[in-house]
Amino acid sequence: MSMRPPRHFLLRGYVVLVFIFVFTPILTSFIFSVNSDRFPTIPLGHFTTHWYETIFADPDVWDAFRISGIVSISVAILATFIGFCTAYTDYRYNFTGKALYLSLALLPPTIPLVIMGLAMLALLARINMSGEIYSIVVSHVVLCSPFAMAVIRMRLAQIDPDLESAAWNLGASNWRAMGEVIVPFCRPAIASAFLLTAAVSFDEFAVAWFVSGLNKTVPVIILEILQGNTDPQINAIGSIVFITSMTLVILAQLILMRKTINQTAAGI
Amino acid sequence: MKQRRQVTLYGLTWSMPIVVWQLIFFVFPLIFLLLISFWLVKNYRMVPGFDTVNWVKMFSKGYFWDAYWRTLGYAGVATIVTSILAFPCAFALAFKVSPKVRRWALFFLIVPFFTSYLVRTYSWQIFLNDNGIFNTLFALIGLGPFQLLNNFFGTLVGYLTLCLPLVVVLQLISLANVDRTLVEAAHNLGCGRLRTVFQVIVPLAKIGIILGAVFTFILAFGDFVSPYYLGGSKPPTLSILIIDTTKSGQQWPRAAVVAVVMILTLLTIMFAAVGAAYRKRT
Repeated sequence: MSMRPPRHFLLRGYVVLVFIFVFTPILTSFIFSVNSDRFPTIPLGHFTTHWYETIFADPDVWDAFRISGIVSISVAILATFIGFCTAYTDYRYNFTGKALYLSLALLPPTIPLVIMGLAMLALLARINMSGEIYSIVVSHVVLCSPFAMAVIRMRLAQIDPDLESAAWNLGASNWRAMGEVIVPFCRPAIASAFLLTAAVSFDEFAVAWFVSGLNKTVPVIILEILQGNTDPQINAIGSIVFITSMTLVILAQLILMRKTINQTAAGI
Repeated sequence: MKQRRQVTLYGLTWSMPIVVWQLIFFVFPLIFLLLISFWLVKNYRMVPGFDTVNWVKMFSKGYFWDAYWRTLGYAGVATIVTSILAFPCAFALAFKVSPKVRRWALFFLIVPFFTSYLVRTYSWQIFLNDNGIFNTLFALIGLGPFQLLNNFFGTLVGYLTLCLPLVVVLQLISLANVDRTLVEAAHNLGCGRLRTVFQVIVPLAKIGIILGAVFTFILAFGDFVSPYYLGGSKPPTLSILIIDTTKSGQQWPRAAVVAVVMILTLLTIMFAAVGAAYRKRT
C-alpha cells in the first residue's frame, strides 16, 4: 500500500490506545512499588525501596513464594506430561467418542474458577484432602493441562506425518519412534508448555483461595491484602509477580517462535 | 493416517492420563457439587441426603434472581463492548500492518492474558478512585470528581482488562486468515470500504468474532474480581453470591445450587454460540 490515507493513522492510533490500556495497569504497579506515598496517586512522592523491604522482611511472603514455587513447578510437570499425552492421542488416533474425549480435555477453562474452587473444596474437604499443597496442585493440573495440550498439539500439526511411519518402516517400535522422532520434534513445545502452565498456576488465585487453607500461595495473600485497606505492599508483591509470569510467558513464546518462524508463511 | 483398530498398550498409555485425571479431579467434583445441592446443613455440618429444599429456597429468593439477571446483563454488556472495542484493533493488525508488526503485536497481547489479573485490577483502583489519578487529572481542568469506582463502569473496566487482549487475539487470527482475493473482488465489484468490512470481512471472520464473544461472556459471567474490587461488591453477582454463601454462611448446598445454575446457563450459551459460529460455512 503506497498511499496512506488519514484513516490508517486513526486505526494505528487506536491500536496504540488498546496497547496503552492493556499495559498501563502493569506499568502502574511497577511505578507505585517504588513510590513513597502511602496512598498511591499523583503527583508521585519520592523514590523508595521501603515497600520491597517490608515484604522481604515478612516471613509470610517468603512462605507464600516458596509454596507458589512448589505448586507451579509440580503443576507444570504434571500438566505438561498430561497435555503431551493428550495432544499425541489427538494427533495420532481416530476413535469413536473422540469429540467427547477432546471436550473432556479442553473444557476445564470454561468453568468459572469460583465454581471449580467450590467443587474442589467440597470434594477434598469430604475426603480430608483439602488445605494441603497437593490440593492446589491437583486442581491446577485440571486447569493447566488444556493449555499444555494446545501448545504441543500446534507443534505436532507441523510434523511430517511420514516421519513416524518412516521410523516404523525402518524397524523402530512405536515406543522407539516416540522417543527418537516425536519427543525430539516436540521438545520446544514441551518446554514452552512447561513455562506457560507454570505461569498459569503461579497466577491462579480463585481455586487456590478455596482449597489452600493455611498453605497460601502468592496470589492468595494478594487477595487477602486487597480485602483490607489500600496497601502499597501489593504493588511490590505485584511487581515481582508480574516479572515472574511475564518472564515465563515471554520465554514460552520465544522458544516456540524461534522454532516456527521459518516454517510458517508470513502472517500467523 | 490409517491406524490399526485394536486397542494397544501404547495407545492407552497416551490416551488415558487425561481421562483418568479429568474424571477424578474435574468431572467427579462437579457431579459431587450437583449432589450436595440436595444435601442439608444441620448444626453447621453438611448431612448427605436428597432434599430439594435448597433449590426451592434459592429459587424463591428475590436476591437470587436479581443476581442472576444482573450477572447475565453484565456479561452481555461486557461481551458487546469488548467485541466492538477489539474489532478495529484486530482489523488494523490484520490488514494494515506488516506481518512482522502483526507477529509482535500478537506476542505482546498474549503476555497480559497470562499475567496476574488480580494485580492489574488493583492498579485500576489507583486510577479510578475518588482521589485517584483520573480524578486528580480531571480536577486540574476543573472537572469532576466523577465516580468511576464501585459502579458498573469500574466493573466494565475490569472485564475489559480481563478479556480485551484475548478477544483481539481471537479476532485477529480469524481476520488474518480471510482470503484477500475475496476482499479485492468486493472492491473491484464496486463495494464500498465500510460495506466490504461488514458484508465481506466480518462474515468471513465469523468464527473468531463469535469465539471471542463467547470467551468474554464465559469469563465475565464467572468473574468475581472485577464486580468485587472495581464494582464495589454490592449488589452481588452470582460469583460473589457463591463466595458469600460459602465463606461466611457455611451454606455450601445453596452455593452449589447457584453454581449448578451458572454451569447450565454457560453450557446453553456455549452450545448456541458454537452452533451459530459453524452454521452454513465451516
